[in-house]
Amino acid sequence: MKSKKVISSLLVAAMATTLLAGCGGSNDKPAAPADNTPADNTASNDAADTPAADTPDTTPAEDDAPVEEQTLKVAAFEGGYGAEMWAEVAAAFEDSHPGVTIELTIDKKLEDVISPAMKAGDYPDVVHLATGREAALTETLTKEKALLPLTDVLEMTVPGESVKVKDKIIPGFLDTLATNPYGDGVTYYAPMFYSPCGLFYNAGLFKEKGWDVPTTWEEMWTLGDTAKADGIALFTYPTTGYFDAFTYATLSSAGGPEFFDSCMTYEDGIWESENATKVFELIAKLGTYTEGTTVANANNDNFTKNQQLILDNKAIFCPNGTWLPGEMAEAPRADGFEWGFMAIPAVNAGGEGCSFCWFEQMWIPAAAQNQDMAKEFVAYMYSDEAAQIFAKSTAIQPITGVSDSLEGDNKMFYSIYDNGATAVMGGFASTAPVEGVNMLDTLCGTVNSIVSGDKTVADWQAAVEEASDKLRAAME
Amino acid sequence: MKKVREKTIFITLCVAPAVILFIIFMLIPTFNVFKMSLYKWGGYSNNKQFVGLNNFKILMEDTNFFRSFQNTVLLIACVTIVTMALSLIFAAILSREKIKGQNIFRVIFYIPNILSVVVISAIFSAIYDPNSGLLNSIIGIFRGTEKTPILWLGDQKLVIYSLVIAMIWQAIGYYMVMYMASMASVPESLYESADLEGASKIRQFFSITLPLIWTNIRTTLTFFVISSINISFLIVKALTNGGPDGATEVFLSYMYKQAYTNSSYGYGMAIGVVVFLFSFGLSALINFVTKREPLEF
Repeated sequence: MKSKKVISSLLVAAMATTLLAGCGGSNDKPAAPADNTPADNTASNDAADTPAADTPDTTPAEDDAPVEEQTLKVAAFEGGYGAEMWAEVAAAFEDSHPGVTIELTIDKKLEDVISPAMKAGDYPDVVHLATGREAALTETLTKEKALLPLTDVLEMTVPGESVKVKDKIIPGFLDTLATNPYGDGVTYYAPMFYSPCGLFYNAGLFKEKGWDVPTTWEEMWTLGDTAKADGIALFTYPTTGYFDAFTYATLSSAGGPEFFDSCMTYEDGIWESENATKVFELIAKLGTYTEGTTVANANNDNFTKNQQLILDNKAIFCPNGTWLPGEMAEAPRADGFEWGFMAIPAVNAGGEGCSFCWFEQMWIPAAAQNQDMAKEFVAYMYSDEAAQIFAKSTAIQPITGVSDSLEGDNKMFYSIYDNGATAVMGGFASTAPVEGVNMLDTLCGTVNSIVSGDKTVADWQAAVEEASDKLRAAME
Repeated sequence: MKKVREKTIFITLCVAPAVILFIIFMLIPTFNVFKMSLYKWGGYSNNKQFVGLNNFKILMEDTNFFRSFQNTVLLIACVTIVTMALSLIFAAILSREKIKGQNIFRVIFYIPNILSVVVISAIFSAIYDPNSGLLNSIIGIFRGTEKTPILWLGDQKLVIYSLVIAMIWQAIGYYMVMYMASMASVPESLYESADLEGASKIRQFFSITLPLIWTNIRTTLTFFVISSINISFLIVKALTNGGPDGATEVFLSYMYKQAYTNSSYGYGMAIGVVVFLFSFGLSALINFVTKREPLEF
């Protein structure tokens, strides 16, 4: 009897200890960032590829050093350019800024890594993460007014040089809704690696068939009919997500930059105007020339099958960005395949072709602890030293002259604006969140229904105008 | 007297860990979902704005939400009926009949259940491939290959049924094993006497097997509702991401899109509340409708 009692007491004690141990563990973690040895897991993850992380988090015992020891938390999205360049840039920044330790978090799913800590109030100092991603972290913070204005960064002198940041950036890159999201002229996103978007094709196929690359939509339709006889479709697209760049370029081509800005700022009736109608009808007509299986593969699992159509000579054009050749580098291809890249042909006869210029953004959360050093870091991104490190990985910043160092296909891609195409930049203006209304879904997602014939152009246009009306009401 | 008190303390101590964990990880988050649904909030900053039931008001006029509601209900209905029928039949065959390699069949049927949903969706996107997929190749034998291929994931009227097939394939093994377990406990003597009296196999199934495993079927019905809602999100996320043009949007994928992509966390939580109430209500309704006097054997 007694032993039974002892055993049960022990069991209860064990159970209680396990519970407390569980709680104890979870209590330790949030405490860690507070005493400035933040997120040990990120540090250890990056230890392998980050020289920066080799220095322990605790401040080195060099009390006599005149410099102030500080830690800068940088979170960067690992895109197609890889992670090494970030480690290299961080190391170079540390070399030129004694006493600064950079704690780097790099991930392909950066949102998942940094947002739990952010929700608990522990923000990175600098974040490199573009808009337009599914988790929409950048947009959410913008809508919540949780970003720091970068106006004074632009006025800063680039570290180690004598030029101001704003004077190094290629003109035009700072006047867009993709850097000034509220449309009020205040810059919140620093423009980083840019990439022209346009139509990719197999230049080898054009040589083989003796076709000319079309420069107008009329020539495009003629080519479509000719190719159809050979069993080749004129057009395909990876997913409807790629129609943002395509639509922006055609809108700008149809009505000029001011019209494009009116569309992006939800001007009343703008989507039902004559110029917008041209664009809607153009895309609908393009839908009839689209390869038959495109819609079925236009999802995250299968979009590369659509891109493969170009390599297999089953479709001629595919809208995409300069990362496409890299993405398809390992894919099999037709004999004599050669990448070709062109701007979107002019919508109006005699007009110029357009190419949307997509770029990634860097921003500072308003809740960042180390804002001054964060600004210094952003300014440093535009130094020749940093730009060269990035350019080695073909990540091209909007700094005059940087794209000159490119070779091969990349040189051809980046020379698109030198060959007469107008650059289009920007994106929809940021508004307060409107429940149930997603402009890009309405504008681009519907393309699948247009191609498959489930919706008419009139329905589509009306839905976009309705979304635009709702979003306009939420603009301040 | 002392004994009673000791016992109370002992029981309290025994139950406390589980209760505390339950409160922290189940009750508080659920309560928070309800609370958040009353706010306009992006999820990060401190500017939460109390909007009362406004999120629900918007929800009632949101056609995209109703579309996801319809899709979810369709999935729950189709997946439940077909999976239940098939897994009952297979379970009856495997537990009542003497077939060669019974155990191999059991394992094969169960395999989809141990695969991750990402693998399942990769398998099915290969099966549904318009040009080289298994399904279109087989159909091509009968209807000729020169016709336009069937777009299993591209045709908006078809795509939801493509998901239904994937979900059924995924679920059959699990429910079959559950039914087999309860069928094994039905006494052999009942079948023997039924045999002697000349009842057919089908008659035996409906008059003996089904009534005697009824409690088990009732339990699995609740599982069907909950797992259809959960698994449909995973499959949709991996296979179609709600496309083409929202044709496969389900409850949770729409909730995710609103809470994150559209920066409306509060609105997403309002959808969460509706999903919670819906699945709770549906399970209760099913439980009530299927209530029978348990048969003893």
